[in-house]
Amino acid sequence: MTTSQIPMQTPPPLYAGSPPSSAERFSGLLGTMGPIAGLLFVFVIFAILEPRTFLTMDNMQIVLLNTAVVGTAALGATVIIIAGGIDLSVGANIALCTVVIALCRLHGLAPMLAVLVGIAASASVGLVIGLLVTQCNLSSFIITLGLWGAVRGVAKRLAGGSEISTPPSWISHLLQMLPPGRKWMIVPPGVWLLLILSLFVTLVLRYTRFGRHVFAIGSNEHTARLCGVPITRTKLLIFVFATIFAGIAGVLQFSYLNNLGDPTTANGYELNVIAAVVIGGASLSGGRGNIFGTLIGALLMTMVANGCNKVPSLTNADQDIVTGVIIVAAAGFDQFRQSRGTAK
Amino acid sequence: MQISKDFIAGKSVPRLRMQGVRKRFGATVALDGVDLSVESGEILALVGENGAGKSTLMKVLSGAHAPDEGKMWLDGQEYRPRDPLEARRRGVAMIYQELSLAKDLSVMENILLGMEPVWGPFLRWPEMKRRAADAMAQLRRPDIDPRIPLGKLSLAQQQLVEIGRAICIGCRVLVLDEPTSSLAQSDIRQLFELVKRLKAGGLAIVYISHFLEEVREISDRFIVLRDGKSVGGGSTVSTGTAQIISMMVGRSVDDLYPRSVRKAGDVVLEVKHLAGESRPVDANFSLRAGEVFGIAGLIGAGRTELLRSIFGLQPIKSGEVRVAAYVGSASPARRWAEKVGLLSEDRKSEGLAVGLSIADNLTMTRLGWLVSPSHQAAQSRRWIAKLGIRCRSPWQAVSDLSGGNQQKIAIARLLHHDVDVFLLDEPTRGIDVGSKAEIYRLIDELACRGKAILMVSSYLPELLGVCDRIAVMCKGRLVRSVPVDQTNEHQIMLEATGALETA
Repeated sequence: MTTSQIPMQTPPPLYAGSPPSSAERFSGLLGTMGPIAGLLFVFVIFAILEPRTFLTMDNMQIVLLNTAVVGTAALGATVIIIAGGIDLSVGANIALCTVVIALCRLHGLAPMLAVLVGIAASASVGLVIGLLVTQCNLSSFIITLGLWGAVRGVAKRLAGGSEISTPPSWISHLLQMLPPGRKWMIVPPGVWLLLILSLFVTLVLRYTRFGRHVFAIGSNEHTARLCGVPITRTKLLIFVFATIFAGIAGVLQFSYLNNLGDPTTANGYELNVIAAVVIGGASLSGGRGNIFGTLIGALLMTMVANGCNKVPSLTNADQDIVTGVIIVAAAGFDQFRQSRGTAK
Repeated sequence: MQISKDFIAGKSVPRLRMQGVRKRFGATVALDGVDLSVESGEILALVGENGAGKSTLMKVLSGAHAPDEGKMWLDGQEYRPRDPLEARRRGVAMIYQELSLAKDLSVMENILLGMEPVWGPFLRWPEMKRRAADAMAQLRRPDIDPRIPLGKLSLAQQQLVEIGRAICIGCRVLVLDEPTSSLAQSDIRQLFELVKRLKAGGLAIVYISHFLEEVREISDRFIVLRDGKSVGGGSTVSTGTAQIISMMVGRSVDDLYPRSVRKAGDVVLEVKHLAGESRPVDANFSLRAGEVFGIAGLIGAGRTELLRSIFGLQPIKSGEVRVAAYVGSASPARRWAEKVGLLSEDRKSEGLAVGLSIADNLTMTRLGWLVSPSHQAAQSRRWIAKLGIRCRSPWQAVSDLSGGNQQKIAIARLLHHDVDVFLLDEPTRGIDVGSKAEIYRLIDELACRGKAILMVSSYLPELLGVCDRIAVMCKGRLVRSVPVDQTNEHQIMLEATGALETA
């Protein structure tokens, strides 16, 4: 760089170097601690209410197991939401993936190949979203609202209207309770996969140009354009990248269903996924979000569902109410945090 | 500077009086003892750099924030609004820089929003129309039909509607925050006449502005805010501009426009018969290394569009743009690669991603495949120190900073990219005098180092002060440029308004 010789007169910067104010620290702490505190709170409540059924190693494994599908899909959703978009078709996309894998298996494809084709099918949905967003200038909300029905319809068509059972394979080991012989893994491979993918997406968001561009586009697309960010290409990439995670979630779901392709599975998952991302501290208006928070959010959502099932007096309806309250509380909490952060 | 007792108290009971008003947010002291008073039938100008506390003071006055300390009186009665609604009821109306109107509602609905005449649950439309028409008549703009949607009006007319709303609630104190910042020259004239009429009608008016010429023209008295304190004031007529500026920045600004001896080099940017969709129509100029080239013109003349077409943000219909030796289609990415950088006129909605950090904004154009946050921070710290940007850390969100500091970050992006051609669109819009002076100095230094600078500005003294050559754009056309010493404000205005077209 040759810019070092600018001899600007610099009045001593007023605030530079001074440590963050206590209010700032407080809000920063809230940012990471908020979701964790919520998770602990939920955990403690159910642990007290139903210590015998909720607080067992097996049940904790089930919670993690259930987190894997939503969590993996939420990794992709986090990227989309940071970029200022949304994907309402993620549940349908998971179902599509299970159906495609099942069909491939029925046609004699090797498990690994079937998995890859399934993921590719999901990613092609992302490509469609991306093309419509960039070429027709439609909002991702509208497009994916349409695809929410259309993709599930395609899945049903492909499946011929019913579930598809497939011959046993290693895929089902990904997300099933560990058999006694494999307790050394501590948690099922699918959960490890989720953790590895989380680390991967965190690194992508933080340390790659693509990741920084995701934040730039979500925060202010005009600025990104001004700065020469290739908007069209990046957006396409974002949707394909994100739906690959929906595909991987589909693989896990296929495993969880014990090698079953089911066009009606993962119904309503899109809401759990989006809730997990928002609870994790992402802003639906874009520009903000983090993977760690998303994971906590996904775990929180699963734990609430699991815990409500364990409490005999709570019905499905109550579970829906609790879930709704948590989402609104998380959003309100985030608002509070933001208003504290910018008291100027 | 001491403020005399008389000055604070006024002669009789002032319409509005504030004394010792303090407000802090966490560790930040926004207001640190503000005293002011304004009489009815008087225009008080409130000046100060960005971040001096003007907007906080407005918010205290409008009831959006309660002061921590200090008292306010309205016509001698204690005034302590709990919320903006109460402030409005007591007769304190604000006209903010960004208008607070509903674009899809009609003019009359906007004027009477929140105080619609009703009969039971039903609106009394005829009454609404009458009252709205009344208000517009008082503003001597009966030509604005109260029934049309607000969105159909020009910005200047919308502002009138907002003032009409203030009149309609029977306001006693009218606060105008940078009311001219988005108006064309002719609209400014009309606004000034209106404000003077309102003053003659007995309103107390607080006028907030960066433009000291405006302040001098319109106000009776002025008061200067610095670092949250009222540091001085006086009669506008008997105080010189330089004196006001030195009060604002706390030091004397003896030479606002430095100009070193510069030498123009090779042509680095050449534009021939450039035409866009509607603007520009036909633009021609060449820019040399080491010179500052200014483009003057009215709003709507196509100056911003010209810069945007050059930069690839707007389609080009015909014509040619040559950067150094390259000719060809433009895209922002390509221009950055050719070491051309654009500073947007609209800092908040285009120039900066205000939700992101200083570091991210500053380095956005120059990221490698892999990004090292610590490297980003280190580079940002250099520019923060060099340009004297006031912030706590490179990871602070840009939205936390004052306008002047935000602008410095937007400029630092071009410096960090080490561009050779600077396209600066209104580089000093909406920033304080101190920051302006620093930007002028920076432009001079850059030109001395052989950078080419193309600058669009609506502020003529600045163009005349900073540029080597000036061209005037009129109705999308830019044909000839003249050395700065062969033109003056009068000449430029004649050209800009098209008065010379026949000559």
